[in-house]
Amino acid sequence: MRSLLNFLLRIHFLLLFILIEVFSFTLLFNNNNFHKARFVNFTRQFAGNFYIKTTKLKQYLSLVEENKRLAEENNRLLNIIESTYKSDEIFFRSVNDTILNQRYQYTSARIINNSINKKHNFLTLNKGSQQGLRPEMAVVSNGNIVGVIKGVSRNYATVISVLNLDLRISAKVQKNGYFGSLNWKGEGYQTAILNEIPLHADIQRGDTIITSGFSTIFPEGILIGYIKDFEEKAGSFYEIDVELSTDFKRLNNVNVIGNLLQAERKKLEKQAEKND
Amino acid sequence: MIKLLPRYVLSFVLLVFLQVFILNNIQFSGYINPYIYVLFILVLPFETPKWFLLIIAFTLGLTIDLFSSTVGMHSSATVVMAFFRPYVLKVISPRDGYESETLPQLRYYGASWFIRYSVILILIHHFFLFYIEVFRFTHFFATFARAVLSSIFTIILVLISQYFYRKDTRR
Repeated sequence: MRSLLNFLLRIHFLLLFILIEVFSFTLLFNNNNFHKARFVNFTRQFAGNFYIKTTKLKQYLSLVEENKRLAEENNRLLNIIESTYKSDEIFFRSVNDTILNQRYQYTSARIINNSINKKHNFLTLNKGSQQGLRPEMAVVSNGNIVGVIKGVSRNYATVISVLNLDLRISAKVQKNGYFGSLNWKGEGYQTAILNEIPLHADIQRGDTIITSGFSTIFPEGILIGYIKDFEEKAGSFYEIDVELSTDFKRLNNVNVIGNLLQAERKKLEKQAEKND
Repeated sequence: MIKLLPRYVLSFVLLVFLQVFILNNIQFSGYINPYIYVLFILVLPFETPKWFLLIIAFTLGLTIDLFSSTVGMHSSATVVMAFFRPYVLKVISPRDGYESETLPQLRYYGASWFIRYSVILILIHHFFLFYIEVFRFTHFFATFARAVLSSIFTIILVLISQYFYRKDTRR
């Protein structure tokens, strides 16, 4: 205590100086509008800059969560669109089952493994049967085609990529509806071949190719790509080079589309085949 | 010490009057604005306690402030000047120190010592005062020029005052 007092006594001159200066400045800021405004302005600017910086940092750090939240939000909205759209069509249905009110169900997932350089490329998703994924669900990214789920485990799913020689997709030319089957040719991750388009179909470079909706997997209208080149093949069909709109090298978040009416439709179609 | 008191009270009043009623009304070309009142701090006795120095500086500055409605401006500048006074005195002290019964005035320690002493403190005071007054760095050099020119005029006035002292304080 005594040493503290001694210390204070030793620096009393400096302390008093600081005290009086602080007092003077208080007087200055309180009695002179100009100085007051300048002072307030300065502190506000300083604090403002500081807050902007910290906010930027915070936003950057929460980008992962933000992305996840947005993906989920997208899903919810897509589900709402789908359910309202379907309810407009209600009178086409004979069974009034509220569970089946919705035809397609969207789930978001993240790609955790991807390849583009093999002949049979597969992707792995971070969701599985526990999150409602089943085989034969469609996988799209921003409305661009990615592939089809082949198998699911509890928490993961494997997807046959479009870049797989085994996958054939029912596709059509958007402007006139001629449909054919799309198949990857095994090289170059940006092009695939569309076959079975008849010669009398009017097609041009740059035409849009979308899914036909004839398979039970993909809804109609998912973007596949654009016509890059086409040539006549022996017979009466075109062989069309399609430039895929999906950039398989940059895929990250995808949506999985489940067709809730898939089983019903398959059953009906099987029955029809049997009856033949 | 105590016999000096009436003289200091008188010079306090005189300097404040001079400053407030005459010099504050003089502004050569918007740049030059001498502040003679700092002379009071300059000529206080060597033995003045440091804390008393600060308080009297604050009082003097506040008095000037009250008359020129710039509360806090002159007082802070004067207190800064008073704070530096002991250190300046120490730095420029003559080889054998300050003798007792003397004051920091021209007639005791000569023109060269007094000019050094007053120039340093007046520059400190004026620079602080002028930068506090504009309170921004945007017109840095204009403020700098004002501070320097006003300091020169204040120094001239302070030196002239020393010759007045010499005459009327003969013992």
